Amino acid sequence: MMGEKVMQIRDLHVTFDTPSGPLEAVRGVDLEVEAGELLGVVGESGSGKSVTFLATMGLLPTRAHVTGSVVLEGEQLIGASAKKMRDVRGRLLSMIFQDPLSALNPVHRIGDQISEMLHSHQSLTRRESEKRAIELLDIVGIPQPADRARQYPHEFSGGMRQRVVIAIAIANNPKVLIADEPTTALDVTVQAQILEVIERVQERFGTAVVLITHDLGVIARVADRVNVMYAGRNVEHGTIHSLFDHPSHPYTRGLLASLPRAGKQRLKPITGFPPNMLQPPSGCAFHPRCEFAADVCRGAMPELRQIDDLQSACVRAKELPRAESFV
Amino acid sequence: MFRYILRRLAWAIPTLLIVTFLVYLALRIGTDPVASYKRVNPRATRAKVQQYIDVNGLDPNFVKGYLTWLRNFVTGDWAPSIKGRREVWPALKDAMANTLRLGTAATVVGIFFGLIAGVFAALRPGGKRDVFINTSAFVGISIPPFISAILLQLLFAVYWQRWFGESLFPTSGVYPPGHSGFDLPLMIRYMVLPTIVVAIQIIATYSRYMRSSLLDVLNSDYMRTARSKGISERRVLVKHGMRNALIPVVTIAALDVGSIVGGLIITENIFSYPGMGLYFLKSFGEGDFPLLMPWMVVIVASVLLFNLIADISYAWLDPRIRLE
Repeated sequence: MMGEKVMQIRDLHVTFDTPSGPLEAVRGVDLEVEAGELLGVVGESGSGKSVTFLATMGLLPTRAHVTGSVVLEGEQLIGASAKKMRDVRGRLLSMIFQDPLSALNPVHRIGDQISEMLHSHQSLTRRESEKRAIELLDIVGIPQPADRARQYPHEFSGGMRQRVVIAIAIANNPKVLIADEPTTALDVTVQAQILEVIERVQERFGTAVVLITHDLGVIARVADRVNVMYAGRNVEHGTIHSLFDHPSHPYTRGLLASLPRAGKQRLKPITGFPPNMLQPPSGCAFHPRCEFAADVCRGAMPELRQIDDLQSACVRAKELPRAESFV
Repeated sequence: MFRYILRRLAWAIPTLLIVTFLVYLALRIGTDPVASYKRVNPRATRAKVQQYIDVNGLDPNFVKGYLTWLRNFVTGDWAPSIKGRREVWPALKDAMANTLRLGTAATVVGIFFGLIAGVFAALRPGGKRDVFINTSAFVGISIPPFISAILLQLLFAVYWQRWFGESLFPTSGVYPPGHSGFDLPLMIRYMVLPTIVVAIQIIATYSRYMRSSLLDVLNSDYMRTARSKGISERRVLVKHGMRNALIPVVTIAALDVGSIVGGLIITENIFSYPGMGLYFLKSFGEGDFPLLMPWMVVIVASVLLFNLIADISYAWLDPRIRLE
């Protein structure tokens, strides 16, 4: 099972028409999701990580132009008909969103919101779907699921609502579950619980999970492999161990160095600001902020290359001094 | 819920007392029927004047006068109008019926088309349809009823008669003069123009309400959740979008209906339509407070009632609101 690729993204580009001109938010992303794995996607705001996966879901607004290829279970999703995408969404591919407080419809009962997802892809009687909705609430750890199913979202806390969102997302046992910053809006103790629920789902149903986050701490806890994104590109990719042990790309090093750790006196932030995506820097988009930048970095846009057991988009990866290990 | 309604209804009583007292004061201060009686009958004896005062309840002490009016009103012993000494209730009842008919027709037509226009505008904001609907709504709100009424009268009555020999829609009244009995098709023909005048305003405002309310909803996260379920766009829009977007609009509509009972003063005046608005204009012009006070009670009661209906419908549509 492990190692089999369920979703392959190739050369994905997403461009938005904005009043100030076209904005290319995703600039050629390649990545693969393996069956049953937990893939972390890290990057700061605006790095294109959410847009990449909204594009795979076909949930981007119509002013977004998407090119490239997304193959899920052997089927091409980019350019697929609206009907085809409706069939994929919620059945093979589903998504958990950042803000559980606004992700649920305030005027419908929790149970009905789960049942709607079930009815959308399975033919069930009303009674069957109600029963299944209660089971799902139980799976995501909501106590008294039968009573809670009859309640409205405002009667749930933030963490409980995120559990409901997860229950909706896994209702049809999807191949890939995209979790877009699922813990960002929650406080720390609740974050840990939500991550546990996601891991439990992944283990129990063999669902591949894509965890989008800007929090390396979250990644370190749960991910098998990590993709680091910067300015709409993949800049580094590897297993969680190799990436934290010997990060090769200066951006990844910067991210790790800026983490607070016991015994460390001062945090070391990455200098500068994320690039303006209307006019991204030439070559490696990170070079204006990079302490190792050289002339070669300003030339062609670097592709991912195999550097030991990592894939890195840093052209100078081999010349750089070995980074401090964070394992 | 039931207790909430009872409490709200109980609160309506002091509100009605305060409002009617203030209106009574305003009318007594603003008009002086005794002075005009003396002017018309310069040789009236002191006893005659006193009799006029007693019959019409024009006690110089406003508080005493108000209490007398209140007692008579509550017991059903309503004083006749000062001018013409006509009974008040039949006139008020007819005016209410006429206004309710016009108001209901205009509200139903107006809200129906207004909501449809608003939905179409919101579906593609900034598109051609949106620009057209917005511009029309802006024009519709900007044209006062006394302009649109006169334009419609000119077009469908005056010019129509000139071009085709007879006017398409009559321009005044409920029935032609001298008509008696009930005749629905005839009545509808008489109601068309005033209904259009009022409906234009309602369409214009409600398309705006609906547009902004639906736009808010369309941009909300739960619409994305709904789409991520793979359900049809139509279902996303109706079950998740419209249901939420209608909550504020229904509430505003209930409040608006409450105030329509007060009569459509300008429109009724232009079309000589004998509703609550015309009733008010006539009796106010004559300072006839036996006519005006019950009119006021009806209006205050209807505003209070529809406020209550607005609150109830809000709680009914939105599970987050609980009345207690």
